[in-house]
Amino acid sequence: MKFTRRALLMAGGGALAFTGLSARLYSLQVLEGERYRLLSEDNQFNFRLVPPSRGRILDRFGALLADNRDSFRVLIIPEQAGDIATALDRLARFMPLSDFERERVLRAASRGQRFNAITVAEDLDWQTFSAINLNAPELAGMAPDVGEVRSYPYAAAFAHVIGYVQTPNEDDLADESREAERLLRHPGFKVGKTGVEIARERDLRGSAGALKIEVNSVGRVIRELPEQSNAPQQGRDVVMTLDADIQQYAYERLGQDSAAAVVIDVNTGELIALVSAPSFDPNLFVGGISSADFAGLRNNDHRPLFQKSIQGTYPPGSTFKAVSAAAAIEHNIFRPNETVHCSGSVRLGEREFHCWRRQGHGTVNLRTALKTSCDIFFYEAAQRLGIERLHAMGQSFGIGQQFDIGISGVARGIMPDPAWKRAQRNQGWSTGDSYNTVIGQGAMLASPLQLAVMTARVASGRAIEPTLYRNAMAPPAAYMGLRDESLVRVRDALRAAAEEPGGTSFSLGGLGLDGVEMAGKTGTAQVYSITAAERESGVRTQLDLPWRLRDHGLFVCYAPADNPKYAVVVVVEHGGGSSAATRPARDILRRVVARDPSSRPGVFADFGNMARSGS
Amino acid sequence: MAVFRESVPRDLPGKMMELNWSLVLLLVLLGAAGVGMLYSVGDGSWEPWAARHALRFAVGFAAMLVIAMFPPRFWMGVAYPIYAVALVLLIGAELFGATVNGSQRWLDLGPIRLQPSEIMKIALVFALARFYHDLPTERVSRLGGLLIPAALIGVPAMLILKQPDLGTTLLLVATGGAVIFLAGLSWKVIVPGIIAGIVGGIGFFSYGLEDYQRQRIMTMFSPDSDPLGAGYQILQSKIALGSGGFTGKGFMEGTQSQLDYLPEKQTDFIFTILGEEFGFVGGLVILTVYALILANTVAIATSCKSTFLRLTTMGVATTFGLYVFINVGMVMGVLPVVGVPLPMISYGGTVMLAVLAGFGLILGAHIHRNAEPPRGVGLFG
Repeated sequence: MKFTRRALLMAGGGALAFTGLSARLYSLQVLEGERYRLLSEDNQFNFRLVPPSRGRILDRFGALLADNRDSFRVLIIPEQAGDIATALDRLARFMPLSDFERERVLRAASRGQRFNAITVAEDLDWQTFSAINLNAPELAGMAPDVGEVRSYPYAAAFAHVIGYVQTPNEDDLADESREAERLLRHPGFKVGKTGVEIARERDLRGSAGALKIEVNSVGRVIRELPEQSNAPQQGRDVVMTLDADIQQYAYERLGQDSAAAVVIDVNTGELIALVSAPSFDPNLFVGGISSADFAGLRNNDHRPLFQKSIQGTYPPGSTFKAVSAAAAIEHNIFRPNETVHCSGSVRLGEREFHCWRRQGHGTVNLRTALKTSCDIFFYEAAQRLGIERLHAMGQSFGIGQQFDIGISGVARGIMPDPAWKRAQRNQGWSTGDSYNTVIGQGAMLASPLQLAVMTARVASGRAIEPTLYRNAMAPPAAYMGLRDESLVRVRDALRAAAEEPGGTSFSLGGLGLDGVEMAGKTGTAQVYSITAAERESGVRTQLDLPWRLRDHGLFVCYAPADNPKYAVVVVVEHGGGSSAATRPARDILRRVVARDPSSRPGVFADFGNMARSGS
Repeated sequence: MAVFRESVPRDLPGKMMELNWSLVLLLVLLGAAGVGMLYSVGDGSWEPWAARHALRFAVGFAAMLVIAMFPPRFWMGVAYPIYAVALVLLIGAELFGATVNGSQRWLDLGPIRLQPSEIMKIALVFALARFYHDLPTERVSRLGGLLIPAALIGVPAMLILKQPDLGTTLLLVATGGAVIFLAGLSWKVIVPGIIAGIVGGIGFFSYGLEDYQRQRIMTMFSPDSDPLGAGYQILQSKIALGSGGFTGKGFMEGTQSQLDYLPEKQTDFIFTILGEEFGFVGGLVILTVYALILANTVAIATSCKSTFLRLTTMGVATTFGLYVFINVGMVMGVLPVVGVPLPMISYGGTVMLAVLAGFGLILGAHIHRNAEPPRGVGLFG
C-alpha cells in the first residue's frame, strides 16, 4: 500500500536523522568533551592579580615613617565601558571630575589595552564611594575598588631620605621581568622613585598573588575561589637607624633656613637623623603632584628638592681644623707646648694670609689654636706637615670619600692634593694651597654627612661607616689606628672651645644638661669676599650682603665630651657665619643626648612608645 | 475487546479506553523535562519560567484530551474554515503585529498573544489532508491536484517569510511537501520538483534572503571564525554541550548556561542546558523519547483507514519531527540558527499549545482510526 510505504520511508528518514543527531551528540560530548571542558573553564575562570602590600618603613623605635592606608577608588575598564567619555559623564553625576582628570583617563585609555583597568580617582571619601557603589549598575565599566595608598605620616621631615613612590613610567618597566611588569601596570600600583623607597624597592615591593575568580559572560565576578589562589608575597618592612623624634625636631629646629642637619652615633655610625631643609610633602607626589606645585618647589632658591645633607657639599672651613690638629699631633710637628705668635696675618711670598681675628690671638699653643680657631697657628702647621700628610689625614677622616649609606645621591666631595690640582686645573701645588686646605677652605668640599663622619671619628677614634639601616648584628667599627694622644688632645681642645671662656662656641652656654659637657667646632665657609670698595660704601657685615652671597655657617659637635655618644652637624647655607648653625646644632645635640636610653636608666621602653604613638 | 476492533467508539468512556497511553506518557515525560530544565535555567526558581511552563502544559494537556474526543467528521468540516481564519490572522499580524526581535510574529488579542504562524502549521495540515481526502488518488499528480496544494502552502509561506521568519517558512513548506508526498504524488513529479527546488533554493539564498539570515547560514559552516560576532551563540552552545561530557555536570550545575554565556537559553537553546547538565546520557534519553513519539505516530498513521486521519497524523508528526531535528541540529552546530524551539521543552506558550493540540489530533486519529468518513464534495465539487 502506497501510503504505508511512503510513511515508513519517512520514518526511515527520521531514524537516519535521529542516528545522525545522536552521533553528533556523542562526538561533541564524549569524543571532544575534554576540549570543550577546557574551553568552558576558560570562559568561566580568570585569575585576577592581587598586588602585595608594600613593606613599611620604620624608625629605630618602630615609628612608622612610611605606611599604607586604605584608599577608596574608582577604576574604569575600557572594554566594558563602551565610549569612555560617555562613561566618565555618567560617573561625573556622582563625583566631581576635573578636565585634567578626564584628559588623563582618556589619554591612558587610548594608549593602554582595552582590558587593562585605569584608575579614575583615588582617595574618595566614604560618601562618594558608597554612592558610586550603590549606582554601580548604571555605571557600566566603572569598578569601585579598595586599594592601598602610600602615606608618610611625618610628611616633610623625612621627605628626602625616605623618598616617595609614584606610578611607574616606561623607564621603571624597562628592566623588570614579565611578571613584575604585569604588577607594575596594575592600576594604582606605585614604585619607589627616590630615597629609601627606590633604594630598597626589591624588599619593599613583594610579589603579586593571583586570585581565581569565576566570571559570567559580561565579566562580572560571580564568586572568588581563594583556596585555589596564590596569596601575594607581601613586601618586607625596612627598619631605619633614624629616630623619628630627633629627625622631626631637627627639621623643625632648622626653621626657614636653607640648611642640613646630620645626627650620628659616633660608635656605630648609625645615622640618627638626616635632615635637609626646606623640604616638601612627599604625600603630594604619591598621587601625582600638580605642575604648579612642582614648579613652586623647583623655582624656590632654597632648593627644597635638593638633599643638602648628603648631596650638598661645602667648604668645611674651621671645622676641618680638628683633623689638621690631629695630623699635627700624630706627626709630632710641634714640641709639647710649642707656641706660635698670631699677629692677625702672615706673609707668604707676595700674598698676605689673615687670621679670622684681625687683631690676632697673640701667643697660642695647639690647644688654644683649636679652641680659638686661630688660622695663623694652622698655617704654620700646614707648612711643617706638608700637603701629603694633611691629605692623608683628611682622607682617613672621610673627606673626599663617597659613603654608601644605602640611598643614592651621596656626594664624594673633594679632599684636594697636588695630584688633584694637576688633574683638575693643570697647576702646581703651592704652599698657599696648603694654607687654605689646613683651615678647610680653598678647593676642599665636604657634605654634612662627611662632616658627621669626621666628627664621629674624632669623637670615638673608630673608623665608623655611616649607615641608615638597622643591623644589630654589625660588629663595632675598628679603631682608626691613631695614637691615643692625638685624639685625646683634640677632644680636650674641642671641649674647651665649647665649655671654656674664649672658646669659639663658649657663648652657647654649653649643652644645658646637668653634668654633661659638649665639644664643638665652628666653621665658616666663605661664599663671597667683601671688596674694599664695598667695605667703603658701608657693607660691613654679612647681613649687608644679599642672601645668596652670605657665608655658609657650620657647626660640628658631639657629647658627652668625656664619653662621646652622638655627634651633630649643622650647615646653614648663607647663614652669614657659624653662629647661624651653633644654636640649632646644640639644641639637637641636647635632645638626642637627653633621649639616650643609657643616660636615663629605665626609660628606653617609654621612649619607644612615645615614638610609636607618632609624637 | 475483539468485538470493538473494527468499530469506532462513540461514547466518552469508550473513547478514553482507546486513548494511546504510551504516547500520553511520553508527552508527559517531555513536559516534565521542560519544567525541570526551565527550573534550572531560572537559577533554581519556579519563576519566571518553570511554573508558567507547567501551567501551560496542564492547560494544553487538557485541551489535547478534549480535541482527541472529536470525530474526524468534525475536523473535516472545520478544516477549511480554520485555514481561512489562520490566513486572516497571518495577514493581521502583517498589518498590526507586535515586533519581537525585529520580526512581526505576534498578534496581540487582549489577554493572549498569538503567533499566527503556529496556528497555520496545523491549519495547513488540516487543509491539505481535507483536500487529498476529497481528491481521487488518480488526480493527485495532475495539474489541478498540484496547483491547489501549492497555493495552500505558498500563500502563508510568503506571508511568514515577509515577517521575516525563515525557520517557520521552511518548516511550513517542508510539512506541506511531506503531506503531498504521503498523498501519493508520483516520483515523476517529485524528482524534477526537488531539482527545481534546489535550483530555486540557491537562487533564493543569493537574492531572496535578508543579510542576517544569509549570515546565519554562513557562520554555521565556520562559527569559530567569529567567536564574538555571529558565531557566538553556536560556539557557546557547543562549549556548553561539549563540556557536559558523558554524564553531565549535574542538575543546576551547568556553569556555562547558568553564567549567562548562552543567550536565549530558556527558549531555543534549552537542549544545550540539558546536554550540559545531563551529558550525553541525558541528551540521548530525550532524543530517544522524541524518536519513540514519532515511531508511535507513524504506527498510528498507518493504522488509520481514512486518508484525512493518515495525512493529519503524519503532517503533525512531520512538523514535530522537523522542530526537533532543526532545533537539536542547530544547538549542536550542524544547522544554522533559525530560531526554532524544541517542542514541549522550550519556553513558549503558543508552540506548547499548538504541539499539544496537534497531539490531540493524533490521539483522536488513534481513537477513530477505523472511522471512514465519506469523501466530501471537495473544492472541485
